[in-house]
Amino acid sequence: MISNQLVDLSRLQFAATALYHFLFVPLTLGMTWILVIMESVYVMTNKPVYRDMTKFWGKLFGINFALGVTTGITMEFQFGTNWAYYSHYVGDIFGAPLAIEGLMAFFLESTFIGLFFFGWGRLPKAQHLMVTILMAIGTNLSALWILIANGWMQNPVGSDFSYVTMRMEMTDFWAVLFNPVAQAKFVHTVSAGYVTGSMFVLSISSWYLLKGRHIEIARRSFRIAAAFGFAAACSAIVLGDESGYTVGDAQQSKIAAMEAMWHTEPAPAPLTLIADIDEKNQKNDWQIDMPYVLGIIGTRSLDKQLPGIIEIKAKNRERIVNGIDAVKTLEALRADPNNDALKAKFATEKADLGYGLLLRKYVSNMDDVTPAIIDQAVNDTVPHVAPLFWGFRAMVGLGFSFFFLFGSALYASIRGNFEKKKWLLKWALLWLPFPWIACELGWFVAEYGRQPWTIFGVLPTHMSVSALSVGSLYGSIAGFLGFYTVLLVVEMYLMIKFARLGPVSHDHH
Amino acid sequence: MLSYVALKVIWWVLVGVLLIGFAIMDGHDMGVGTLLPFVGKGDVERRVVINSVAPHWDGNQVWFITAGGAIFAAWPAVYATAFSGFYWAMLAVLWSLFFRPVGFDYRSKINNQVWRKTWDIGLFIGGFVPPVIFGVAFGNLLEGVPFHFDENLMPYYTGTFWALLNPFALVCGLVSSAMITCHGAVYLSHRTEGDIQRRAKMAATVFGLVALVLFAVAGVWLAMGIDGYTITSALNPGELPNPLGKTVAQTPGAWLENYHRMPIAMAVPALAFVAGLGAIALVRSGRTLLGFVASSLMLAGIIGTAGVSMFPFVMPSSSDPTSSLTVWDSTSSHLTLNIMFWAAVIFVPIIIFYTRWAYNVMSGKVTVDYIVKNQDTLY
Ligand code: HDD
Ligand code: HEM
Ligand code: HEM
Repeated sequence: MISNQLVDLSRLQFAATALYHFLFVPLTLGMTWILVIMESVYVMTNKPVYRDMTKFWGKLFGINFALGVTTGITMEFQFGTNWAYYSHYVGDIFGAPLAIEGLMAFFLESTFIGLFFFGWGRLPKAQHLMVTILMAIGTNLSALWILIANGWMQNPVGSDFSYVTMRMEMTDFWAVLFNPVAQAKFVHTVSAGYVTGSMFVLSISSWYLLKGRHIEIARRSFRIAAAFGFAAACSAIVLGDESGYTVGDAQQSKIAAMEAMWHTEPAPAPLTLIADIDEKNQKNDWQIDMPYVLGIIGTRSLDKQLPGIIEIKAKNRERIVNGIDAVKTLEALRADPNNDALKAKFATEKADLGYGLLLRKYVSNMDDVTPAIIDQAVNDTVPHVAPLFWGFRAMVGLGFSFFFLFGSALYASIRGNFEKKKWLLKWALLWLPFPWIACELGWFVAEYGRQPWTIFGVLPTHMSVSALSVGSLYGSIAGFLGFYTVLLVVEMYLMIKFARLGPVSHDHH
Repeated sequence: MLSYVALKVIWWVLVGVLLIGFAIMDGHDMGVGTLLPFVGKGDVERRVVINSVAPHWDGNQVWFITAGGAIFAAWPAVYATAFSGFYWAMLAVLWSLFFRPVGFDYRSKINNQVWRKTWDIGLFIGGFVPPVIFGVAFGNLLEGVPFHFDENLMPYYTGTFWALLNPFALVCGLVSSAMITCHGAVYLSHRTEGDIQRRAKMAATVFGLVALVLFAVAGVWLAMGIDGYTITSALNPGELPNPLGKTVAQTPGAWLENYHRMPIAMAVPALAFVAGLGAIALVRSGRTLLGFVASSLMLAGIIGTAGVSMFPFVMPSSSDPTSSLTVWDSTSSHLTLNIMFWAAVIFVPIIIFYTRWAYNVMSGKVTVDYIVKNQDTLY
């Protein structure tokens, strides 16, 4: 049987490498469009300062991009190396967007990034701009396809379990493509990337303005970043994930945990601002609410109810009990695949198969299941509340802080007096790391909130891993940590060096 | 929709096309990386070598990524079994690839010899290690890999990492390394001039010959000393894939069977020799672009030989032959194969089109002069 330790280490490795990949991704997503804006202005106005801006910010972008690629390669192969059963079980659906991402997006961004850097002297202006645009489209398409894959893990539509092949199979590609959860994730995640890119440019420009260096480029960059950033912050907040909430069961149990909502509240539910959470007794000792808000955000209505954790668990208990039968029928059917009675029985039970598989964490034979084990499995179905509750609040709080920062920056750039507003420049400089923190928190909420499933309601995390030795996992985690630490130090060193150097170095050649 | 059987065969061809595309495109810049410390004397020469691939290596690497993604989508069982079974080999590939993006991008950003020489070693590792490991992996596939499925189709690999490094597999690793290095040398002789070009031509000759000789050795060894696998139960290729639904036996000479059944298949290994020798001759006579085409065909011949010999097997199991993965029973569903087929049909030509355009934009010799003039913007 798969040990808990192996599962925990596999999760740790995936989480660490994915969170690390996403240190570089959002900056790439945002910077490519900022480069497009700057270069478009250059092509339209013919002012060389905009070309120098594009080249300067492009250099910093390139330093980041290199690590985005490095860490992305790990992600592409890690499903096979560490999540073998997962890959077998859902590769039929999950592999397709991943492969299309390569064909449609990675080739585009990676081919044109070469021309972006090396094509300056060789391409006419308009063609070079086209190259930059194609690069930006490529990065954003890559986000689209990977989030279609990831959205399917949250809300597994368009697919069905086959007892012959023992895996999920695609039944409707368009449903997978237009999965509302995936679309919501895409909009929110790229917006988060645009916020990150804008903050990067805004902060470094503010720093130049405070120091009185590179004024020409810094002023123009500040304005572009303020405008783009404000739009992006609004979009991250408004178009956020809310639309995904009511669509899938996954979002329901996640939202209940995120909101520390132990009981179903009469509609429209209040939004809890802060609470003192008591996980053990499944209640909050006290909380501060904003009436109606959650119901409106969560269901976009005044009368639909959002279920609370205790009610969700009660429903899951029924599904787990039914799931035991589904697993047993499946085993019988595998032994006797042509038995029509079994086929018919399985067809009625298989919706709860995933819930039965949750018990495999504790027993391999369904006859050994005891009520105590069922209790444990039921408790597993809702993730720990406190980390989700606070992680979510931190992201949202930061989201509003970005709104106010970019709002002030935009207002000041319209008024034209931002250079004199030292407090604004200092605030922008200080806020540099926070979009990254918000992004990482967002992924934490999305992924940890999906536990105990890798594919919600279908495949438990516990069953998804590769049968590796615990020693192998320790070794590979140590290797990744070692490599990634050194790479991050080198990257930060270069980034700071070239940011300090500023665009001047460029004017020399 | 094409029939399931047809799509299964088409996907075998398409995976081959992606792997060969990977070898041709990413292979030439890995070959260049392998040669970097040897054909470039001094910093400026090394920068000539690096900048011959600088604008393209990233796009080329996507052949690797896409081949991985396509195997996931078309042969999920292979993706799951091979990559988890070859865990440490896979990590060694990934970790050596780490050196490339950063090596290319960061090396020349700081003017310090220790810094630059360190990244040169990194670029060498990133170019040298992956082809060796891929060769070793192919060797192991030909020999059979110790793995089995349990009743839920969970794959278990029961060998060790060191067992992968057996003599036959190591010869395959050397074939792979030599052919990729030769291919990189051919590319380099097309894009450079003077001393570097002279050294590159020399390397193309040496590594080309080594690759062909070792390829012949591996072929004889395979024919005489390695048992192949055959499916012994009745077969219905159009069935839903179930890797445990057949029986398989290990039989001497089975890997030659396809050539007996279809003598025309001999053209594949023959192509490797003809094209390899042709590449060497063309490069020496200065027709380097045609030489590149020829060495690409050599790669196609060598990789194709492994595929044709094993067909319909993809990953035979030595410890539990029944668990072997074949073209018929390791694929994804009919619908997914169909969708991915159309995705490939639409996108691969588009990719080839703009890749060609990118090479055109950057065409011409990379010279010492060009490097010196663009000190701060080139890699
Ligand atoms: C929302 C965006 C997003 C997310 C969730 C992910 N990635 Fe990513 N990835 C990108 C957005 C991106 C990008 C913006 O396209 C990158 C980042 C920086 C870069 O260089 O390109 C990239 C690079 C990148 C590369 C290198 C591509 C190249 O050579 O150009 C690979 C192979 C992957 N990613 C694979 C993955 C996998 C398998 C993921 C899932 C586990 C994943 N990424 C999550
Ligand atoms: C790059 C952005 C991403 C980040 C930062 C991220 C973060 C995480 C984290 C923190 C976990 C661990 C959750 C836990 O075990 O408690 C996790 C698990 C996982 N994520 Fe993501 N994730 C990202 C993208 C994706 C995408 C795009 C996919 C699929 C396409 C994905 C698939 C998985 C899988 C398979 C696991 C392992 C099983 C699990 O623990 O749930 N992740 N991820
Ligand atoms: C105030 C506004 C915000 C709200 C209401 C909000 C809401 C959410 C929610 C509910 C999730 C989880 C979605 C899921 O479980 O699938 C999420 C995820 C995420 N958030 Fe936010 N968020 C806000 C602001 C931000 C900001 C400002 C950033 C970054 C700059 C950000 C970055 C992310 C990321 C990267 C994810 C993971 C990807 C995803 O699931 O879409 N969020 N957000």
